[in-house]
Amino acid sequence: MKLSENWLREWVNPQATAAELAHKLNMAGLEAEAEPMLAVLPKGIVVGKILSTTPHPQADRLRVCEVDAGTGEVLQIVCGAANARPGILIPAALPGAVLPNGTQVGKAALRGVESSGMLCSASELGLVEKSDGLLELDLTAKPGTPIEQHLGLVDNTVVLELTPNRGDCLSISGLARETAALYGIPVNVPRIKPAVVESEGRIGVVVDDPAGCPHYVGRVVEGLNAAARTPDWMSERLRRSGIRTIHPVVDITNYVLLELGQPMHGFDAEKLKGAIRVRRAKVGEQLKLLNEQTVTLDPRDLLITDGSGPLVLAGIMGGEASGCSSTTTSIFLEAACFEPVSIATSGRRHKLLSDSRYRFERGVDPALQRQALERATALVQDICGGKAGPIVEVGTAPHHVADITLRHSQVNRLLGCEIPADTIVRLLKSLGMAVAPTAASTWKVTVPPHRYDLRIEADLVEEVGRLYGYDNISPRAYAAELAPFSAAETVRQLDRVKDTLIARGYQEVVTYSFVDPKLQAQLDPETPGVMLDNPIAETMAVMRTTIWSGLIPTWQYNRQRQQKRARLFEAGAVYTLDGETNREQAKLAGLIAGSALPEQWGAAGRPVDFFDAKADLDALFGTSLRYEPARHPALHPGRTARVVRNGAAVGWLGALHPKLAETLDIADSLYLFEMDWDAVRDLALPTPEAVSEFPSSRRDLAFVVAEDVSAGALAEVIRASAGPLLKTLQTFDVYRGAGLPAGCKSIAFGLIFQDYSRTLNLEEVDAAAHSVAASVHARLGGLVRD
Amino acid sequence: MNETSTPNLDALLTGAQADIAAAADPRAIETLRVDLLGKKGRVTDLLKSLGAMPHEQRKAFGEQINKVKEQLSAELESRARAIADAELERRLASETIDVTLPGRGEPAGALHPVSRTIRRIEQIFNSMGFESVQGPEIEDDWHNFQALNIPESHPARAMQDTFYALNGARLLRTHTSPVQVRTMLDRKPPIRIICPGRVYRVDFDRTHSPMFHQVEGLYVAENVGLADLKHDLTTFLKLFFERDVEALFRPSYFPFVEPGADVHIRWGDPEKGTRWLEVLGCGVIHPNVLAAVGIDPERYTGYAFGMGVERLTMLRYGVDDLRLFFNNDLRFLEQFK
Repeated sequence: MKLSENWLREWVNPQATAAELAHKLNMAGLEAEAEPMLAVLPKGIVVGKILSTTPHPQADRLRVCEVDAGTGEVLQIVCGAANARPGILIPAALPGAVLPNGTQVGKAALRGVESSGMLCSASELGLVEKSDGLLELDLTAKPGTPIEQHLGLVDNTVVLELTPNRGDCLSISGLARETAALYGIPVNVPRIKPAVVESEGRIGVVVDDPAGCPHYVGRVVEGLNAAARTPDWMSERLRRSGIRTIHPVVDITNYVLLELGQPMHGFDAEKLKGAIRVRRAKVGEQLKLLNEQTVTLDPRDLLITDGSGPLVLAGIMGGEASGCSSTTTSIFLEAACFEPVSIATSGRRHKLLSDSRYRFERGVDPALQRQALERATALVQDICGGKAGPIVEVGTAPHHVADITLRHSQVNRLLGCEIPADTIVRLLKSLGMAVAPTAASTWKVTVPPHRYDLRIEADLVEEVGRLYGYDNISPRAYAAELAPFSAAETVRQLDRVKDTLIARGYQEVVTYSFVDPKLQAQLDPETPGVMLDNPIAETMAVMRTTIWSGLIPTWQYNRQRQQKRARLFEAGAVYTLDGETNREQAKLAGLIAGSALPEQWGAAGRPVDFFDAKADLDALFGTSLRYEPARHPALHPGRTARVVRNGAAVGWLGALHPKLAETLDIADSLYLFEMDWDAVRDLALPTPEAVSEFPSSRRDLAFVVAEDVSAGALAEVIRASAGPLLKTLQTFDVYRGAGLPAGCKSIAFGLIFQDYSRTLNLEEVDAAAHSVAASVHARLGGLVRD
Repeated sequence: MNETSTPNLDALLTGAQADIAAAADPRAIETLRVDLLGKKGRVTDLLKSLGAMPHEQRKAFGEQINKVKEQLSAELESRARAIADAELERRLASETIDVTLPGRGEPAGALHPVSRTIRRIEQIFNSMGFESVQGPEIEDDWHNFQALNIPESHPARAMQDTFYALNGARLLRTHTSPVQVRTMLDRKPPIRIICPGRVYRVDFDRTHSPMFHQVEGLYVAENVGLADLKHDLTTFLKLFFERDVEALFRPSYFPFVEPGADVHIRWGDPEKGTRWLEVLGCGVIHPNVLAAVGIDPERYTGYAFGMGVERLTMLRYGVDDLRLFFNNDLRFLEQFK
């Protein structure tokens, strides 16, 4: 909201510059900024009156105007504006004038006709971005008056961004009250005299929904001058708040909204049929609004209606049919209080924004309506004339909105500092509250209607703290009891795992939790995902069931930017649908792609493979993981392992399925892993054994086995048959080719035997090796290769 | 005999010295050593011949031979050392590598900047006695809004601000505050926690991301007030920015706190002009929130705060485009090594 500083100062005038005032408001929780209303003031522009116009002899669009600019002579000025006509008053830039945009005005000949200056539009004065025709001024304006004086252009704009609880400050009156409290000075409230009732004109009002509309006042004003125009002072104030001049009655209701904070509505009384009824909409009812949009109403919408149907979407926007026009001579003025939630939800439902909705959804002083109606009546009579009818009132205005018990101890407790009792009382009174002591260090605080946001004791504590100044509350280093804590050693810490991955060349990434449903259906077709009701884009419509849905596009993005390889990981949640509800699971996922190592001089380049990623997982989780051949829809059927820990599946490791790689246009070698974080977090405490002082003996055995015998199966048989003296088993070679039967491979193991208390003798080591060879032959058909 | 033997000895010495000087490798030295000083060496033979000499000559000649023997032995040794040194020198020269060639293998990666900031925030608050906790990201209305005293009419609850799922039965948490609610339901005061995590809002442009990160903080005990909050947050800001940042607490409004505040810090080069930048929101926990989770607001009070991780990251490292965090361009991320 923007307001004129000059206007505010008519109500309250602290000894402070606009910038100081803005700072003070900021520190009291009202975000405010003061800026000059015009960056550059016009120079040499005065009020002028067009005395006559004649067509330009050489140009159809131009007119030659005779202008009285108070200089004592009649000036001839050529003008192209369509509204240039005798009798109107306009801003006239005299030779030597400088427009705010820097244009110099001089004497010139326009297509052969002498022109002594220039007649100006509102945009040429810098008042608006765009305007049509000359700016027409009050007919009572005095030619020759400098325009900055006539329009009061030396002003600042106070720009307010208020929090939703401070609807009470969305007006000159509200801001003045707050300013007065902050400076401890009085407000000059303009006296509003009730209009003398001179007419019998009256329209009945029925409120069907008193909860939605607790207070409604209205009156008819008859005999208006339809030709009346909104005076310049009012147009200017409206303009400075960003409101266009439309029609005197509309302008007056907008003016009262800015001045007092009460949204109002002016109906053309002759267009109303029967009594006004405030009710909820009926199913299927429609209303054509002022913005020419037709809305189909919802039964929860509150309406102002008459015998013919809906007139106004209450508190939000008027209808087109019942509004004031250039022929209106009799009006019905409405000032009502509507319940905020209803207005907020209706406004949201129909996506309608208005100054009225903005105020009602934040709350409007429930006792303001009569005052606003009288103020509007007086303005209508001043500007348009007319006779006021009696006020019709439904509901009541409350005298106050709450009685709150405030304890001195609670003020000190919640703020954490000692504020003296008399300061508390003084600060609350400055906000218009009645403060009465009820017991020792306890008060009854009576809250005036305009502070409907204050409901409980804590609200009052904030008011006290705010006015006392948060700056004046000293930070308190509390003597809190020490509560040391340390993560359990038997739980793996994510930060350590991340550091290990980073040391192994991985880059952490953070990808969106919502991903492309099409990609995810390819990667994880069997897991039901949580679809968003209102996604921001089609490609961000489903919550990820696997982090791969984010890692793969991240690789593609970087590949397109000439990256030849990547090692990526992400730790985070995945989300699955679980019947009617949803489930979240923490995962740790990684992707390696492209060459195994960055291009370098000392190592031959090769693409990444399964065992690169496997080494990384082993580095993270030790040797507690087992790898079983398995199938996953996203992975290469021959290069995929289900990762198993303590007999339970805890993750996947494998190559991206070549078919999928082709669909995704990925030509590089790419391996993926994803671990169920909670399933790999537990960590045994180390239980180290003493080390042997006696030498170990090694036997190397290479077994020739069929291709389908896995190294894991071989190792298992070796361990089982080698006896307790086998300390270490190393796989040191895998060979295929010449010298082996077709369909066979050779896997070589180093077996290291050792005893804790003695040196082993040759015979027992040989016996163990024989036993291994025999078992491998018996169970896997493997022969020792010589 | 005296006349003949001395020149003999001199000639042997001169000849041997020339041979030693000409020896080019350890083997040549060894051959010379055997030839001169070995059991059958020429000097040894001379020593052996002493026995046949007259007594009066023997002593003098013996001394001469021994002198020659010692001299040759020393020269052999020194020549051997010189040869070994030269050989070592040659070997070392031949083994020289170009130390400016890059190292082999895999260079380290880096933590994502958002994680890096979260880690720093956690370390600071952990040291102040705040424990890190986690909560679900797909929430329900009660935990995300109702329990936090956010009324039905609050604009945040609109579809244009909040992502909903399961036909409105679930939502993506719009802030980390529901973790406060869950923690207070689970534990008894005193409670001192922070909760970092992902949050979601329907907003996507240069300065807004539909997903971003917050760190929520909560302290509930007897007699916790605004003054404690001011102390803890200014301490945090000082530690986080590693300097005496000037912080301003301005009254503000969040439905779940009362009194509420937002915190601004003075930012920019003092020479070129500074401005106040909002970095977090906070306040004393609203009694309705305490009541909603079954904590007696008459006995306990508390404070809560929430900060945007991306905002702090951008300030700390001078990043001006929020989208960089989620594009995951390696050329950007690598700079956080």
